[in-house]
Amino acid sequence: MIRLEKRPQSSRAFAYLTPLFAVLATFFFGGLLFAALGKDPIQSILTIFWEPLFGEFAFFYRPQLLIKGAPLVLIAIGLSLGFKAGIWNIGAEGQYIMGAFFGAGLGLAFYPAESRLIFPGMVLAGALGGWIWAMIPAVLKVRFGTNEILVSLMLVYVAEQFLASMSLGLLKNPEGFGFPGSRNLQQYDSAHNAELITGTGMHWGVVAAFIAVIFAYVLLSRHRLGFAVRVTGEAPRAARFAGVNPSRLVLFCLGTSGVLAGLAGLFEVSGPAGQVSIDFNVGYGFTAIIVAFLGRLHPIGIVMAGLLMALTYIGGDIAQSQLGLPAAAIQVFQGMLLFFLLALDLFTNYRLRIGRAETA
Amino acid sequence: MKLTTFLTSAAVALGLATGVAADGHEKTKVGFVYVGPIGDGGWTYEHNKGRLMVEEQLGDAVETVYVENVAEGPDSERVMTQMALDGADLIFTTSFGYMDATINIAKKFPDVKFEHATGYKRADNVSTYSARFYEGRAIQGHIAGKMTKSNIVGYIASYPIPEVIRGINAAYIHAAKVNPDVEFKIIWAYTWFDPAKEADAARALIEQGADVVLQHTDSTAPQAAAQEAGDVVTFGQASDMAQYAPFPRVSSIIDEWGPYYVARTKAVMDGTWESTDTWDGIGAGMVGIGEISDAVPADVKEEALAMKAAIADGSYHPFTGPIKKQDGSDWLAEGEVADDATLAGMNFYVEGLTGEIPQ
Repeated sequence: MIRLEKRPQSSRAFAYLTPLFAVLATFFFGGLLFAALGKDPIQSILTIFWEPLFGEFAFFYRPQLLIKGAPLVLIAIGLSLGFKAGIWNIGAEGQYIMGAFFGAGLGLAFYPAESRLIFPGMVLAGALGGWIWAMIPAVLKVRFGTNEILVSLMLVYVAEQFLASMSLGLLKNPEGFGFPGSRNLQQYDSAHNAELITGTGMHWGVVAAFIAVIFAYVLLSRHRLGFAVRVTGEAPRAARFAGVNPSRLVLFCLGTSGVLAGLAGLFEVSGPAGQVSIDFNVGYGFTAIIVAFLGRLHPIGIVMAGLLMALTYIGGDIAQSQLGLPAAAIQVFQGMLLFFLLALDLFTNYRLRIGRAETA
Repeated sequence: MKLTTFLTSAAVALGLATGVAADGHEKTKVGFVYVGPIGDGGWTYEHNKGRLMVEEQLGDAVETVYVENVAEGPDSERVMTQMALDGADLIFTTSFGYMDATINIAKKFPDVKFEHATGYKRADNVSTYSARFYEGRAIQGHIAGKMTKSNIVGYIASYPIPEVIRGINAAYIHAAKVNPDVEFKIIWAYTWFDPAKEADAARALIEQGADVVLQHTDSTAPQAAAQEAGDVVTFGQASDMAQYAPFPRVSSIIDEWGPYYVARTKAVMDGTWESTDTWDGIGAGMVGIGEISDAVPADVKEEALAMKAAIADGSYHPFTGPIKKQDGSDWLAEGEVADDATLAGMNFYVEGLTGEIPQ
C-alpha cells in the first residue's frame, strides 16, 4: 500500500529541491518522448540546453536569452506579488498589449519629431496602459466582488481585438500600402529601444526587469506592504487582524502587475518587435504565469525560471531546425516542466508512506 | 552595426557562406520559416508541401530544414539568424509578418538568399513572391452566383487588407455577372485560423439566409458548419479540403508553392538567383483550382473550367472593365484591365457590394 501522509510541517528542503527534480524528470520523460519520435534523446536535450549556452554560435544565442527572458521576468515579478496574496491576475497578456499600444501610440503621435523626451514619455504611457487594463478587474472586484480571474482573462481577448483594430486603423503605417501594422519604431530613433551595448541583447526592458527583481525582493523581505502580501496569502484572517486592508491590497497587486506587464509590452514593441501588428503578442503574459510558479514566486527564482523558459524556447527552435523535432513535441516538453513541478510540489506538504494503512 | 560584421565574418570564417553550393559537392541548404504548425491543413501545410517537393525533385543535392509556429518579431529574426548560421543558402519566410525581420537579417547575411512571401520590401538578397488568388476567387464567384437559390452569398473574411478585399471584389463581380440579384454578406473574423470563430461566422451567415459560403480563413470549420446545415455550398481554401467533397465543398483554391520553390532552389544552385518580385496565378501553376465536384451542374462546371482556361492563357483578366467603385465613381473603362499596382494596394469595394470596409 502506498499512501500520502501530511507532513507535520511543510518541508523547506523539498520546496527548494522540487524545481530541480522537476527539471530532471522533464529530461527523463522528455527524452523518452524524443526517443519515441525516433530522435536521439541525449542529442535532443543537449541541443535544447547546451547549444544556446555553449554551442558554436553561443555568442549569438546568449544575448537572445536576455531578449526572450526579460519580458517573462518583468511580467512574472508583477504576477508573483498577487499570486502570493491569492490575487489572480491571469490577464497579463492583455495588459502587455495595452502597454505596447499606449507606449507605441504616444511615440507614433510625435512621428517624425526627434526629441530625447519621447522615449521616457512612451515608458510612462506604456506603464499607464497596463495599469488601466489591470484596474478594470481590480475595481470590479473591490466594488462588486467580481472574480478577477475571469475578468482579467476575458480582457485579454478584448485587448487582442483592439490590437487588431488599431493595426488596421489608427496606427496603420500610412506608407504601408494598405497592409496592417504600424510604422517600425526601430527606424524612428527617438522612439527606438535599441540595444544599450551592441551585441549584448541588453535593452531597457532587461534593465527594467533587473530593477523590478530588486524592488520585489526588497518589498517582500523588508517592507510592510510585502508583509501584508505574504500574510494575506498564508492566513487571510490573520491579515485582517493585522490591519491589512484587502481592497487596497487588490488594487496594489493588480495595479503593479499591470504596470510591469505594460512596461514589458512597451519595451518589446519599441525594441525587438519594432511595430504594433495584429500578431504582436506571442503569449508572454501566459508563459509568465508558468515562470512565476516555476520560480516559486520568489524574485531570484523567477529570474532563473525566466531564463530557463527562454532557453527551452531558443533551444527548442534550434532542435526543430537541426533535428527536425516537431514544434508540438517541444511544447509538450515545456508543458512537462510545469506538470512535474506542480506534481512534485505535493511532496512539500505530504510524504509517501509505503506499508499498510493504519486505521485510526 | 558591429554585430553585422561579427556575424558575417563568423559565418565566412566557418565556411558557411554560400559559394560552396556552386561547386556541386556540397548540399544546398534551404530553410523554411513557418507561421503555423505544418498540420494546420491550410497555409503552412501547403508551404510545407512545397518544401517536400523540393526534397523530392532535387533529392540528394539539397537539404531542407524548417521551424514551425514561429511568432513574428524577435522570434522570427532569431530563427532566420540561426538558419543562416547553420549554413542555409536560401531561406523562405512564409508569412507577411516576417517582412521587416527578413530585411533585417538579410542585411546581416549578404551571402544568404531570402524569399519573403506576400510582402513588398526587397533587397539585393531578398525576393518577394505571392500568388494571384483573386483569379481563383473569380471562378468561385461564378459558381456561387449560379448555385445560390436564396441569392445570398456569405463571405468569411479574415482581415481588411488588400489581399482579402481583392478576393471579395473578384468573387462579387463574377457572381453578379451571372446573377444580378446576388447579395454578399461579409463577416470579418479578424483571424486567419481559428476554427471556433470561423464556425460561428459560418453559422451566422447561414442563419442570415446564405446558401453559399466563401471563406478566406484557413480551417475546415466552415465546411463542417455547412455540412451540418445540409444544403449550403462551400469552397476549400488554401488546401483542397477534399474530405468535404463532393458536397458541401464543390471546388477549392489551392496554394501551389512547390514549383516556385523548386525553381528558386535550382537558381541558387546554378548561381542564377536574382532578387525579383513574383506574382503568379493559375497560368504559372501557383494557384490551383481543386476539382469541381458533380454537385455543380455540368454546364456551370464547363463555364467555370472555360474561365479557368481563359485566365490561365491570359486571354481573360478577372478585373476587366467596365467596373465602377462602390461609391459609383468610375474605376475601369470598357475593356480596360486593372494594373498590378492598384490591385496590390486595393482598399475599396466595387459597385454593388454593401457595407463598408472596416478601418
